[in-house]
Amino acid sequence: MAVFGPRANLFMTAALLVAFCGGIFIPLGIWVVPLMGYNTQERFAPVQPVPFSHKHHVSGLGIDCRYCHTTVEISANAGMPSTAVCMTCHSQVWTNAAMLAPDRQSLAKDVPIRWTRVYGLPDYVYFDHSIHIAKGVGCTECHGPIGDMAMTWKASTLYMSWCLSCHRDPAPHLRPSDQVFNPHWRRSESTPSGQVLMAQYHIKTQNLSDCGICHR
Amino acid sequence: MTWRSGLAMVGLSVSLAACDNMANQPKLNPYELPYGSQTEWPLKPVPHTVARDEPLNAPSPPPVTMALLVRGQQRFNIYCSPCHSRLGDGNGMIVQRGFPHPPSYLSETLRQAPNQLFYDVITHGYGAMYSYADRVEPADRWAIVAYIRALQASASASLSDVPADKRGGLQ
Repeated sequence: MAVFGPRANLFMTAALLVAFCGGIFIPLGIWVVPLMGYNTQERFAPVQPVPFSHKHHVSGLGIDCRYCHTTVEISANAGMPSTAVCMTCHSQVWTNAAMLAPDRQSLAKDVPIRWTRVYGLPDYVYFDHSIHIAKGVGCTECHGPIGDMAMTWKASTLYMSWCLSCHRDPAPHLRPSDQVFNPHWRRSESTPSGQVLMAQYHIKTQNLSDCGICHR
Repeated sequence: MTWRSGLAMVGLSVSLAACDNMANQPKLNPYELPYGSQTEWPLKPVPHTVARDEPLNAPSPPPVTMALLVRGQQRFNIYCSPCHSRLGDGNGMIVQRGFPHPPSYLSETLRQAPNQLFYDVITHGYGAMYSYADRVEPADRWAIVAYIRALQASASASLSDVPADKRGGLQ
């Protein structure tokens, strides 16, 4: 009886092929595919009922973030503006613009506009905007160059590793409290160092990466 | 038999991996309607009720302190300056883009106007201006009124009104 049967070569080739493909595709599947923009939806701007441009309203007109996102300083949720907030100006300006038709219908029918969510967190994450604002984390730290986005695109993966990268070392992500809402802020020579700001905001890192900080 | 149980195992593990119930828990998130709710948007308060945190009576004007003015300046620059401009003269960016020109705070009429007028206009709106009651808290409305008074005072101030030690940067 021969040690190798007639199909031994076939089995060997198949085994080598499986090992080779596994060696490529398993690491790809674990380390590369989950980080691809296709999966994280990073840099992806979903279609919105009204093509609202942060670039025009924030950088062009100089409207503060809090004019529309009114609860960002006091609540977990930043607050989506009601139709009345849009209409504060657009009842007088661009009143016949076709792209604002959903706004006018919403006001007339008393049915809110349903925007498409750009940043979604799973229900087991208890994120709170207000504490990040209070501790000097600027909007653009997570929302990217939001003041220069024509259509709003997702600027971060929202992966836990991404959250932890800052929770483990917050200092480089802090800014003075009067610059939190400035979409074009850059660290300059006169900016207090991260360590100084950490002390100023009473940020203690020893429990900032505890599970219970974000999960209940 | 074995390939069937194998197939069942694969099927089960795939369906288990796909079922991420923890990410979508049976709880209400902001802007979500209760599951199976027959209520239509918008969920409005029941008639003749008030929100739990809504003050029943408008707060009386607080004493004017530096902290109140700083708060008023911050809120004014967020909510009022787009039209009224940071100076209060009514030449804000939105006015430059076609919004009707609001009266200047620096006019004699508005200098003489009572504090309550500014508070009421923030609360209920006036003319083309919408109500800001949903954006500016009652306490902040008084802070804004105080800051408008500061803007009025600063527009007609002379160098002698500034404390001697702060004049250096102005000259």
